[in-house]
Amino acid sequence: MSIKGKAYIAGIYEHPTRLAKDISLAQIHAQVAKGALEDAGLTKDDVDGYFCAGDAPGLGPMSMVEYMGLKPRHVDSTDTGGSSYVLHVGHAAEAIAAGKCKVALITLAGRPRAEGMATGTVPRSRGGTPTPDEPFEFPYGPTVVNMYAMCAMRHMHEFGTTAEQLAWIKVAASHHAKHNPHALLRDVVTVEEVVNSPMISDPLHRLDCCVITDGGGAIVVVAPEIAAKLKRPKVKLLGAGEFIKTQMGGKVDLTYSGARVSGAAAFAEAGVKPADIKYASIYDSFTITVLMQLEDLGFCEKGKGGAFVADGNLIAGQGKLPFNTDGGGLCSNHPGNRGGLTKVLEAVRQLRGEAHPAVQVKNCNLAVAHGTGGSLGLRHGSATVILERE
Amino acid sequence: MAAQERKLPAPAVSQETQAYWDAAAKGKLLVRKCTSCGQAHHYPRTICPFCFSDKTEWIEASGKGTIYSYSVMRRAPVPYAMAYVTLAEGPRMVTNIVDCDFDKLKCEQAVKLVFKPTDGGPPLPMFTPA
Repeated sequence: MSIKGKAYIAGIYEHPTRLAKDISLAQIHAQVAKGALEDAGLTKDDVDGYFCAGDAPGLGPMSMVEYMGLKPRHVDSTDTGGSSYVLHVGHAAEAIAAGKCKVALITLAGRPRAEGMATGTVPRSRGGTPTPDEPFEFPYGPTVVNMYAMCAMRHMHEFGTTAEQLAWIKVAASHHAKHNPHALLRDVVTVEEVVNSPMISDPLHRLDCCVITDGGGAIVVVAPEIAAKLKRPKVKLLGAGEFIKTQMGGKVDLTYSGARVSGAAAFAEAGVKPADIKYASIYDSFTITVLMQLEDLGFCEKGKGGAFVADGNLIAGQGKLPFNTDGGGLCSNHPGNRGGLTKVLEAVRQLRGEAHPAVQVKNCNLAVAHGTGGSLGLRHGSATVILERE
Repeated sequence: MAAQERKLPAPAVSQETQAYWDAAAKGKLLVRKCTSCGQAHHYPRTICPFCFSDKTEWIEASGKGTIYSYSVMRRAPVPYAMAYVTLAEGPRMVTNIVDCDFDKLKCEQAVKLVFKPTDGGPPLPMFTPA
């Protein structure tokens, strides 16, 4: 069974806040759910499937189902970090195709900024019973940034990728963020400004890193017969793929990501090629994340990502592959340190023709949204969806 | 940049990895090897992650390796070098590179085993330029 054409994204919503001091975590989940349902033209009582991940308070979906007064007959709280919500879109389509639900709601919320969390630079133990890997990693001081940095270091060693090439990814994101009134960072930056920003963990500078923001978002995925009755432009799911990339028992290879597997699966199911894609939402926790995923999704050869992203090739209206036209996680929003959901949102805006006019891709009929969650350098979840404007 | 000492948290020792940490306390690095498929892996498991055989045993690593990748964590109270080291026995392990000039580190550089004490637990295997 394929999910191709079996489900549509009918509603989306991104919380405008980037600092949620006076809003509770559960409240953000409900606000974004309400926003996405209203966008779709549906109500809470239409929801019969609910999807959330580890950012939701409580055990799996249960507390949020109760808080929002939902009555789902299908739930899924698979947590693959920031990629969860891209994966949830695929899982929602599977559930819809199998007749388990017709209106699936996916929510994300987070308040790391309000809580003063040291997101990227402090090693974190999950607490409780340690994972089997933890004793062999945590005492050495793995942080979010230094583990991604090791991927960048190896990429530079093997392929000659430069700091300036990585910087172009941030530069492109900043050209898009200037048009987004909600973006945290709205100033256009230059390659020089990126490579001269403080070194956080070699070779990643401060401006190679994404923003830390509060907020959230929601997606409503519906069955074709529901989508047919709604008034919003129809965005059809063509393909989905997922993968967990690990250290492979010590056969560590930092030069590629799980996108190699999840992307291939999604493109195969959709029956399209990377060259057909008009717009790409690519997970951008760091510049290196984008570069590796572009290679692994097949937009360029392995090792040629540096040349591919340079010279404005990712800037809408200039380059061949407009990416993250909302400013992405690098400049606009990375709610709850989980950027997958907002990747889907901007892809849907582009396909609807509702992106900011300055960054709207002409005749945007085919888009990819890709997420990476966990740690690119330790173990990560990878999820890809291919979406089409019908 | 001179490498300074930093406080290292103790690893959580489990039933499955007690022998690994007992050996570390004696200055030895153990690697788990499968006698069915012949491959060594890391971190150590009783069931081989390659062929799923339960015929695995401890072998003592030579302590020789090369840096697969590294990153100097500059934004920390005491900067440190995170790394993956490729052991002569095959597996790559998460570790730190210590007692060296961080600015001179390179991928594929030869390194050798050292141990560093932790806060109330067994010492951690780390590496220094050979």
